[in-house]
Amino acid sequence: MIRIQARTEPSSLMKVASPLLAIVLTLIFGAILFSAIGKSPVQALQVLLIAPLADSYNIGEMFVKMGPLLLCAVGLSLCYRANMWNIGAEGQLLAGALGGSAMALYFIDSESTFALPITLLAGIASGMIWAAVPTFLKLRYNSNLILTTIMFNYIALYLLIWSVHGPLRDPDGYGFPESALFSDITLLPTLFEGSRIHLGILFAVLSGIIGWFILSKTHLGFQIRVFGADEPAARYAGFSGKKLSWFVMLFAGALAGLAGVSETTGPIGQLTPNISPGYGYSAIIVAYLGRLHPIGAIIAAAFMAVLYMGGELAQIEMGIPVAVISMFQGVLLFFLLACDFFINNRLSLTNQATN
Amino acid sequence: MKFKSLLVGLGLLAGASAALAEDPLKVGFVYVGPVGDLGWSYEHDLGRKGLEEFFGDKVETTFVENVPEGADAERVITQLAKAGNDLIFTTSFGFMNPTIKVAKRFPNVTFEHATGYKRSKNVGTYVLRTYEGRYVSGTAAGMMTKTDTIGYIGSFPIPEVIRDINSTFMAAKSVNPNVKMKIVWVNSWYDPGKETDAANALMDQGVDVLIQHTDSPAPLIAAEKRGLRAIGQASDMSQFAPEAHMFSVRDNWSPYYINIAKAVMEKTWAPKDYWGGFSDEILTIESINPNLPEAVKAKINSTFAAIKSGELKPFTGPIKDNKGNLVVAAGHSLTDVELAQVNWYVEGITDEIPH
Amino acid sequence: MDADLIVQILFAAIKTGTPLLFIALGEVICEKSGVLNLGQEGMMLMGAVVGFLAAYGSGNMGFGILAAMAMGSIMSLIFAVLVLHIGANQVATGLALTIFGTGLSAFIGADFVGQTIQGFQPIAIPLLSDIPYVGRILFSHDILVYFSFFMTALLVYVVNKTRIGLTLKAVGENPHAANAIGIKVLRVRYLSVMFGGAMAGTAGAYMSLVYTPMWVEGMTAGRGWIALALVVFASWRVGRIMLGAYLFGLASIMHLVLQGLGWSISPNLLAMLPYVATVLVMVIIGADHFKEKLLAPRSLGKPFNPRNMA
Repeated sequence: MIRIQARTEPSSLMKVASPLLAIVLTLIFGAILFSAIGKSPVQALQVLLIAPLADSYNIGEMFVKMGPLLLCAVGLSLCYRANMWNIGAEGQLLAGALGGSAMALYFIDSESTFALPITLLAGIASGMIWAAVPTFLKLRYNSNLILTTIMFNYIALYLLIWSVHGPLRDPDGYGFPESALFSDITLLPTLFEGSRIHLGILFAVLSGIIGWFILSKTHLGFQIRVFGADEPAARYAGFSGKKLSWFVMLFAGALAGLAGVSETTGPIGQLTPNISPGYGYSAIIVAYLGRLHPIGAIIAAAFMAVLYMGGELAQIEMGIPVAVISMFQGVLLFFLLACDFFINNRLSLTNQATN
Repeated sequence: MKFKSLLVGLGLLAGASAALAEDPLKVGFVYVGPVGDLGWSYEHDLGRKGLEEFFGDKVETTFVENVPEGADAERVITQLAKAGNDLIFTTSFGFMNPTIKVAKRFPNVTFEHATGYKRSKNVGTYVLRTYEGRYVSGTAAGMMTKTDTIGYIGSFPIPEVIRDINSTFMAAKSVNPNVKMKIVWVNSWYDPGKETDAANALMDQGVDVLIQHTDSPAPLIAAEKRGLRAIGQASDMSQFAPEAHMFSVRDNWSPYYINIAKAVMEKTWAPKDYWGGFSDEILTIESINPNLPEAVKAKINSTFAAIKSGELKPFTGPIKDNKGNLVVAAGHSLTDVELAQVNWYVEGITDEIPH
Repeated sequence: MDADLIVQILFAAIKTGTPLLFIALGEVICEKSGVLNLGQEGMMLMGAVVGFLAAYGSGNMGFGILAAMAMGSIMSLIFAVLVLHIGANQVATGLALTIFGTGLSAFIGADFVGQTIQGFQPIAIPLLSDIPYVGRILFSHDILVYFSFFMTALLVYVVNKTRIGLTLKAVGENPHAANAIGIKVLRVRYLSVMFGGAMAGTAGAYMSLVYTPMWVEGMTAGRGWIALALVVFASWRVGRIMLGAYLFGLASIMHLVLQGLGWSISPNLLAMLPYVATVLVMVIIGADHFKEKLLAPRSLGKPFNPRNMA
């Protein structure tokens, strides 16, 4: 009989091997799936997973796609480490986009060199405010953070839609719900000619490194880790749960806000109702795939970006419908989440039947 | 000068037909929704299929569905251009700025953007004269209503919808001076549940003919259940409501797609601000219900014929807005440029345009 | 507004609230056992498409409903195995379930877009439907609405008056203590999650068979998320969920009604109201420490692994 046994301590071999196992299982599933709809499985997997990295343009785009995912995921990783179940990165991102865009529109005729930094700060501050309210409600009124942050995602979304239909609408835009295009002075500079890699992506990678530094090298990070692993012990040691909660939430809000303002002042260049295709939600998956480790988040965000782009390319090059691609992505995520099981458990053969 | 350009044209034509024998014209489509939405994207996809049917193996089409109108759009359009598409249709307003940006980098690719107002050397725009269909709808609705109250389900207060509301109301008024129109905004192009709610809310308030500017057949089904009347939008919706359905105003994209593909093959394409209506059969009246009174059927046909021949132009002055200002002078018919800027309600509509 | 219009508005509020009621009834049981499943949208869409296909293929509406319930449970079983047995994170797995369900439903429904079926016809309950006003509001609906009444009553009874209800609450509040007194925590959680799936499937079938009898991609349009708010709004009390569902239903049609009456209000700001109201309810509950029993189940979202127990 095969029996499940808990390992006495997490297997470090499995920490590396489990994602690989997940990918192998997904490849097998994908091969079956694509054969079933009459597409070459080898070509499909190649287009989905390798083509996104095939040339310099695609690699650049991978970075563009990964930027907002990474910014949100780093903040979420710290939150989850500290047992703050923040599902609100989406709302914080939208708030950042909204606040930053309002500022960028204020500077639309400006020549000031401070216009861009102030715009970015406005985005960051808006994200922080959007994270601060649920944090306050949790600490003061014991509200469930998962649920308040989800509500705040919706409130931010409708506020954004209202703004582009009303106060922030382009007066010369024929009444369409979009803001005016921002002036060049408030656009994030691109780092490489001919690509869309902008300054925001540098911020994203930096945020991963800063997140890692805080978590691994500072006393604050030590407190977060202890707090997450064993709350009573942390309290016994005299760590302030409140202070830590505020720190991780504001940090996450700031990064998500930065992600939002970087999208509007980066690749999009204006405020539209469709700033985010759900980056804040995808970032939750990224955070877990990266095992709540900021450096892991960098790898996971790159992986998710490849997966999204592969989906687009599979439609363009092979005519695979979106429906099939989301099925594939869903199953891949199931396997990745499931294979972590082997880190803490092992299967062993026994000669007696289990109960 | 003329002679020279003729020569160049001929040379290009020869080159094109030589190329034509070997390579099919590659045409890419970008859709904002899923092709299974039965509305906007679904009809564009029927247009694409019509294009394939017409040219056979002389064209090769690709589409990408569910493309978010944010930073992703620019990448998808670029990927289509990179994949060697000669002609790319971007079929939603939110793709306007990305299309212009990508077109700059791919001067040899032809772009066509639906519903926008920005053009360039290799970007044309195309839009439907949906207000022509609305005029027929308004006329028929004005005749059929027994409660003198017709209902309009709006999506978003953008110029096309405002224009169509005016057209509907002017038409209804022309046949029924007592008619009132109730307008309800659902803030979505496509949400069957919400459209049902809106239809019911209107019918509860005495509306007995529904006109919708949203894409699902849900309002027709709601009208069928109550034994009232409704008019189909975007596609032929007669099968959903055998009794209630009066007729459908269908978006018929394939003639336009065929013409543009032909122009690109023959190198005669030039960027235009194309407005397609009854006269080009881009907009059609489908499936007039035999259960309508003869007089109404006759009026539908005669109104359709008068608009098609150009004898009847819905926006011909004098027209006053609902604040009493003269917005169209007597004898003047709005030009296309003026039509694109309609941001007022005609006299008799008591609502205000919402934010 | 005359009485007739008010009756019709309330009637419509019940219809609009019914899919929310179904998902929220499922979700509250799931959450009471301590599991947070964010995959409702995926389960609902699968219920909607499978229910439609089954009813379309067999011509039997009842079969459609049963198929949708079964499909909802199967989807939730995937979730249950991942989070309960394998210990995957609940939030991430729920989101992955939504991605998967959205894709799978679009895939299997692709050839059926544009097909129609004859939906359920309303059944006026004899005598009850003759009560002035109330009869028209409550007792002239279709059979699924009556089923939602029945399920609400059943769950109110089961949760508050039976051992099953106690067991459920024990597992959600303190799984370790429950385990210690011999309750099979994982079994309770499996059943709760699958019940949630079946209810989400029913909600999907309500959308595709009753509300708008057809299948189109993504037709649930985010109702799964609203149900999540609803559970909080009702502070995890089954009876209040019914009230909340109708209030949410009323809120979502009220702005349409008011527009028809000529009020000019921004529909976007109105759309925000249910969420703002839910946050306020959480604040009000939380402000009063004597009402602590109204708060979320204490182990909500936290994994329980019996193998790690000493």
